[in-house]
Amino acid sequence: MDSYIQFERVSFSHGRRVILDQVDLVIPRGKITAIMGPSGTGKTTLLRLIGGQIRARSGRVMVNGLDMGRASRSELLAMRRRLGMLFQNGALFTDLTAGENVAFPLREHSRLPEDIIQRIIALKLQAVGLLSAADQMPAALSGGMSRRVALARALALDPELMLYDEPFTGQDPINLGVLLRLIASLNKALGLTSVLVSHDVTEALSIADQVFVINEGRVVGSGSPEDLLVQKAQSPFLQQFLDGVPDAVTGQSETEARNLAVALGLGVPTVPMAEQESVQ
Amino acid sequence: MSGWINSLLAFLALLGRWMLESTQHTGRMILFTGAVFLRLFPAWTRPRLIIQEVYAIGVLSLVIIVISGGFVGLVLGLQGYNILSKFNATESLGVMVSLSLVRELGPVVTALLFAGRAGSAMTAEIALMKTTEQLSAMEMMAVDPLRRVVAPRFWGALFAMPLLAALFSLVGILGGYLIGVVVLGVDPASYWGQIQQQMSPVDDVLNGVIKSLAFGFVIGLIAVFEGYDAEPTSLGISRATTRTVVLSSLTVLGLDFILTAWMFGT
Repeated sequence: MDSYIQFERVSFSHGRRVILDQVDLVIPRGKITAIMGPSGTGKTTLLRLIGGQIRARSGRVMVNGLDMGRASRSELLAMRRRLGMLFQNGALFTDLTAGENVAFPLREHSRLPEDIIQRIIALKLQAVGLLSAADQMPAALSGGMSRRVALARALALDPELMLYDEPFTGQDPINLGVLLRLIASLNKALGLTSVLVSHDVTEALSIADQVFVINEGRVVGSGSPEDLLVQKAQSPFLQQFLDGVPDAVTGQSETEARNLAVALGLGVPTVPMAEQESVQ
Repeated sequence: MSGWINSLLAFLALLGRWMLESTQHTGRMILFTGAVFLRLFPAWTRPRLIIQEVYAIGVLSLVIIVISGGFVGLVLGLQGYNILSKFNATESLGVMVSLSLVRELGPVVTALLFAGRAGSAMTAEIALMKTTEQLSAMEMMAVDPLRRVVAPRFWGALFAMPLLAALFSLVGILGGYLIGVVVLGVDPASYWGQIQQQMSPVDDVLNGVIKSLAFGFVIGLIAVFEGYDAEPTSLGISRATTRTVVLSSLTVLGLDFILTAWMFGT
């Protein structure tokens, strides 16, 4: 399997807090790889390490043969020109129209004539189904539309690698379906390598070729979505995460639930307070 | 006794934390300044961005500068007339108003207004771009935010400040003329003649321009740094804009004293 990105025993920490601990990952070329895990487990940190915005404390991050820890500034910039990233909130430039947002990387990195730039804008916006929104300002777009315009902008320079940071968060079912279809079809049509960070299990598993599950800075499950379902049987964490079961709900008695309600000031105690105190 | 010791220790800890944070903040500012300076000339590859910033920072500050300059000129004319009339020297009103404005009030008051109007706007804009990941998005598109966002704004402040200060002084002198000549009856020939005779293009006008350039430099630098260094939260943006106005105003006043002592000190 030809790999595009490799993490070799990568560790990263914020002050004393360890975010990633000796992580090994291989992300294949031309596939959709989902990196999943609960909030705050270092998924976005992984994307920032791939993009070279931060450097690993130890270990090696290789992106298309380039060692991100040792890359010079010019090598880093050259690598980023082959990369597109969809941010969680879209990160559209609020002083530019949707069309100008798509044109931004083209104007910065090419000397294409204006009529060609206009044609590329139209093509990219058409690909995400928002050609009619070209003249709208980001403030006038819905959350889902913003994300699709941001996707068009990320594709403007025809990248080899696409990074998606929580693309499904806060989307209504229709937009969610549109985004899923777009990510899968663009990856196939353009032969991209896609890395998708998400905690939306059903959506991520439905389009991913390969999945890594991260918890507390370590990889706790990996493989195809089918492999993961097999691994789930042997790992209580994977089972809880993939099935979306909240902590300590199983076996909670009615009395415990009532006592919780009392603690929150929402109900009356099952046992009189005086009795509770004498027990304590 | 132990309560007193605990209070002292808490105070020392607070002082230590404040000193550490201040040192870190200063260190970050020095590194940032170096990084911005390296991008100042590369930013001229896109002159349109700098012109846009001169417009956003300078032209949109015109109203507040013109109105303030007018009122300051009116007050100077009135106060000056009252004082000078005691010595039968009202013909010197023009030179008194113009020297006060060109040497001191023009650059300083413009700088204070500029820090409040344009400096805070620059900080808020950059900080909001950081909070909404627009700066990160630029980085990931291989576009350097320091060259694309920060350097043009810094140039904008550097160009706009002397022009605004000159306009402030000009409108102020006209305000002094209005109150002194039109309302109080000072001889117009004396008003303009004294200005021509007594004002030196180098000692007065050029020094005023140097002051306003220096103020534009520090306000521009503080505003872009505070925006870039802001904590990416709404509270962080609010703190950064406040810091810009407070730091810029105090720096302008302190720098004004140093520059005045250097330029006009005996």
